[in-house]
Amino acid sequence: MASMNMIQALNSAMDIMLERDPSVVLMGEDIGYFGGVFRTTEGLQRKYGEHRVLDSPIAEGGIIAAAIGMGVNGLRPVAEIQFADYIYPGFDQIVSELARLRYRSAGQFFAPVTIRTPCGGGIRGGQTHSQSPEGIFTHVSGLKVVMPSNPRDAKGLLITSIEDDDPVVFFEPKRLYNGPFDGDPTKPAVPWSAHPKGQVDEGYYTVPLGSADVVRSGSQATIITYGTMVFVALAAAAALEVDAEIVDLRSLVPLDVDTICSSVKKTGRCVVAHEATRFSGFGAEIVSVVQEECFWDLEAPIQRVAGWDTPYPHAFEWEYFPGQARVASAVKAVMEPT
Amino acid sequence: MNKHSRLHLPRAPARPGEKPDFSYVQISPAGAVRRPDVNARARDIEALAVEMVRVLDDADHAVGPWHPHLDPAELQVGLRHMLLTRIYDERMQRTQRAGKISFYIRSLGEEAVSVAQCMALRPGDMLFPSYRNQGLQIARGIALVDLMCQLLSNTHDMCKGRQLPVMYHSKAGNIFSISGNLATQFPQAVGWAMAAAIKGEDHLAASWIGEGSSAEADFHHALLFASVYQAPVILNVVNNQWAISTFQGYAGGEQRSFAARGPGYGIAGIRVDGNDFLAVYAVTQWAALRARTGAGPTLVELVTYRAAAHSTSDDPARYRAKDDQEHWPLGDPIERLKRHLIELGEWSEERHRALTSELEALIGASWQEAVTYGTLNEGPKLDPDLMFEDVFKEMPQHLQRQRALMRQERG
Repeated sequence: MASMNMIQALNSAMDIMLERDPSVVLMGEDIGYFGGVFRTTEGLQRKYGEHRVLDSPIAEGGIIAAAIGMGVNGLRPVAEIQFADYIYPGFDQIVSELARLRYRSAGQFFAPVTIRTPCGGGIRGGQTHSQSPEGIFTHVSGLKVVMPSNPRDAKGLLITSIEDDDPVVFFEPKRLYNGPFDGDPTKPAVPWSAHPKGQVDEGYYTVPLGSADVVRSGSQATIITYGTMVFVALAAAAALEVDAEIVDLRSLVPLDVDTICSSVKKTGRCVVAHEATRFSGFGAEIVSVVQEECFWDLEAPIQRVAGWDTPYPHAFEWEYFPGQARVASAVKAVMEPT
Repeated sequence: MNKHSRLHLPRAPARPGEKPDFSYVQISPAGAVRRPDVNARARDIEALAVEMVRVLDDADHAVGPWHPHLDPAELQVGLRHMLLTRIYDERMQRTQRAGKISFYIRSLGEEAVSVAQCMALRPGDMLFPSYRNQGLQIARGIALVDLMCQLLSNTHDMCKGRQLPVMYHSKAGNIFSISGNLATQFPQAVGWAMAAAIKGEDHLAASWIGEGSSAEADFHHALLFASVYQAPVILNVVNNQWAISTFQGYAGGEQRSFAARGPGYGIAGIRVDGNDFLAVYAVTQWAALRARTGAGPTLVELVTYRAAAHSTSDDPARYRAKDDQEHWPLGDPIERLKRHLIELGEWSEERHRALTSELEALIGASWQEAVTYGTLNEGPKLDPDLMFEDVFKEMPQHLQRQRALMRQERG
């Protein structure tokens, strides 16, 4: 075990996969010599060479397309899109090509591409460095979508994603890179070294996709969440003195329906929380699943917590962010439905 | 001959600890490049895309067919705008370091690009800048206080708190809203120019991107549409050698100049010394005349050097030689114009010092005023209700509901 922040854990995952599998290659803007703008690929080009860790032109569509071609030709590319906000020039290649290649060729062609991309706000990034577009990708058949909330999961999930023969869009909540964040920007930052999930196995291990983690067990209500909102939900529940069960989904596609439903059936109350905008967000999918599977066990209407349906505003970051207060009012609403 | 295919990996000329090397930059002598008729066909002037238009020679004289013969008073205005841009950048960088603003991007060493090009255009021409064109705002006369209030996201912020610092706009000044996404404005400028031609107007559009951003598909969309419709547009690639940590070879600059993309699309391409105020002015004037006389679009490559970090979030000491800029063969644009004016007898070190003090005082006074409208952390604050406005022209019900919830949340 070693103390790692999320950046180091992700670096360790890529290091191990580059070492174990000669078909793994990394590609992205500034990831080679420089080691990435968030330092996630630091040292990897030096260690594995320029043919395995490639700097790329600033062309997200080109990065995704080239990764597909490499994948078809037997490599296992891990493409970095520097910010999730910059993924859209690659959208056609992801949606029309990467996601459907196996299907349209009746299984004859596939590209085992992992797309890593930092997402989420809370870093004064304004509308072009703060988005959480996971729901856009969960809506596309053929893509797996992952979002870890801590270093230990991040490493195991990334290794699994790289080894997966299906395309994976791997979102990294950048506000969690350096420490768990409970939604209160006025409190001093807590580093991962002070958190048990910052203790990471230095060797190879995997965390399966489609397996949610019950990060807190409780009996009175279930909060289903992922990414940046996991620690916000934990803090909100603790402050309310509600015995809430908190489920960290970790992967959105595939979705761990069993863990979600067994929790909601136990508690009878459900809140769904994500940082992304609310309207047509991934939360709506979870709410539907819970309604379909757990309707007769519900004691109250399901509540959603999300970012407001506006672009991410630079000056109103904390009025926008779904912090503890927004989680708390949703929990109160399921506890005391009117 | 190799026995196998090979993957070429562009090598930066000098990484930290290595000796700066700009031998790859092809430089024509000042005055050496011919100046074709403005209506010349793109295919007949392809040499312009590989040569380099330069007017100022090593003795600070203006020479050759591209000499724009500007009035000394005009040159002094250019010098003033460039110096103001530089001092503004220095001061705003310091305010970022002091935590007053969240982010900043300097244009150090590239001031001639924005200032000379803006001065060579007309006020009715529409500008589609990148985030490193603050000289356009300054040369168009946008008030410093307005620019600063945008950086501060304060109660006078033109963006109402919605954008990162430096993402300015000016509807009245005909400067388009800056996006944080790269190269998106390039084909939009072509569309604007097409509309001008459809409406029979005399205005042109001009847009700027870095050479790194020319890797984006939008660069190619711009050239294609400009070529097909021969739109009245000037497409500028500011080749400042570095895109964060990757040098221009990673945008394809090793094999061919960026200007040479123009002839590939049937567009006039022209390469210019981006640190030579007079050359930049003359080339822009030529391209503008082409656009206004129906000779179509021009792709301009401005060869310059990003002397500062990419942004306040960047540290170039990690990826390029420390003394790189000192070896940059095209010098500094402000120094070069200053020396030319002195050589003309129209300027002096003393006047330069006086101007510097005057502009520093102007910026200091503007900052004093700007902060009275609030900073990120202190003073008057924008109303968070504004967050919900302008998502749509009229606020739909679900946003009205969310606005009410936010008010409740804030207590």
